[in-house]
Amino acid sequence: MAEVNTGGGDKPKKGKPHKKETRVDFTPMVDMNMLLITFFMLCTSMSKPQTMEIVMPTKDKNLTEQEKNKVKDTNAITLILGADDKVYYYLGKPNYKDYSSTKVANYGGAEDKNSLRSLLLERNKVGVAQVQKLKQLKYKKQISDADFTKQVAEIKDSKDGQVVIIKPTDESTYMNLIDALDEMQICSIGKYAIVDVEAGDKYLVENLQKQGALTKASDIK
Amino acid sequence: MPKVKGKRQSTLIDMTAMSDVTVLLLTFFILTANFIPKEPVQLSTPASVSEIKIPESNRLMILIDPTGKVYLNLDRPATKLEVLKRVAKDYNITFTEKQLKSFVNQPNIGIDIRLLPKFLDMDGEDQDKALKQYGVPADSTNNQLKTWVVNAVAVNKELVGEDITIAIKSDRTTPYPKVKNVLSTLQDIKQNRYNLITSLEGMPPGF
Repeated sequence: MAEVNTGGGDKPKKGKPHKKETRVDFTPMVDMNMLLITFFMLCTSMSKPQTMEIVMPTKDKNLTEQEKNKVKDTNAITLILGADDKVYYYLGKPNYKDYSSTKVANYGGAEDKNSLRSLLLERNKVGVAQVQKLKQLKYKKQISDADFTKQVAEIKDSKDGQVVIIKPTDESTYMNLIDALDEMQICSIGKYAIVDVEAGDKYLVENLQKQGALTKASDIK
Repeated sequence: MPKVKGKRQSTLIDMTAMSDVTVLLLTFFILTANFIPKEPVQLSTPASVSEIKIPESNRLMILIDPTGKVYLNLDRPATKLEVLKRVAKDYNITFTEKQLKSFVNQPNIGIDIRLLPKFLDMDGEDQDKALKQYGVPADSTNNQLKTWVVNAVAVNKELVGEDITIAIKSDRTTPYPKVKNVLSTLQDIKQNRYNLITSLEGMPPGF
């Protein structure tokens, strides 16, 4: 393409001006382009970072007090995110007397019987099954994306859905919080809240670690 | 029988086609390039299965490093300048034209406002180095983070007419109290909706 056939014979004909070769070597150009491409490839962030949307409650004292009471009556799970990537949880109301009411879980996958995920999946069986079914339908293109989102939101919002209260302690890390929020999404739990830890929760965790020593101590008194 | 002489072939390859391809690729990369913004601290974000993308413009990024230092990042220069003017007014600080220009060029806000004029007089590289030691004060006695965010939200609403997206980016190892401090500051000013920046992780199999 870059070569132009100048039609030069073996001998240049007399009288005609000597024609120069017009071929341009593109190799350096290609080299330079490759370098530039490499530069741009390395410097661009092709995929935008993902985000997770959370809504925190307003710091309105009356409101939170009311909500708390409501939540306590229901069969909620309270997760206390502790140190060393451990989650302590109890069902419903805290039982300060019996240390074994508080249990420990980890952030492992569903195949781990002791993980947060298997616990939540078990607790939220109905919701998970419904969402799974919808996903199947969506995969087979039987429902539209908009319908899918709407129906999933409905399932998550249903009255007897599992309520989860997340209480990150001072020893937990940001990753623990994200992991816990992630489990909510995986296990199709729509109702969850991030709440500050209370002294009572710390007591529960300590009591469990000491195998009920704190309860015994208070009994003696 | 005469020997069949193989025709001598030229070893030159025509690079024009190759060049065409590379130029095309280059054009593509230039056009789609959105540069990774310079950040004062390297943060490795935790992974999550969430697939929501962050809005490209109109965002206020709050970076929290593992030691609890807070940095702010506004993407619109006009908003940024106006925010600075308002915050400076609150603290009775005036800036020269040069300092304002330097402020726009520095992508991150991450220093006590009272030290800012001196900081802006430094050149770019020194600024980046200095930023690592500071961070916007966000404790209860001197909560400048609050002032910045309040003004950023207000200015954005006036100039753009849309609500700003607050994005929080933090390292996986950041202790929760540091994050909580920022979250509760935001709650104080009635900002309850945030985006937590995470990197993508595949859904576990079967979900």
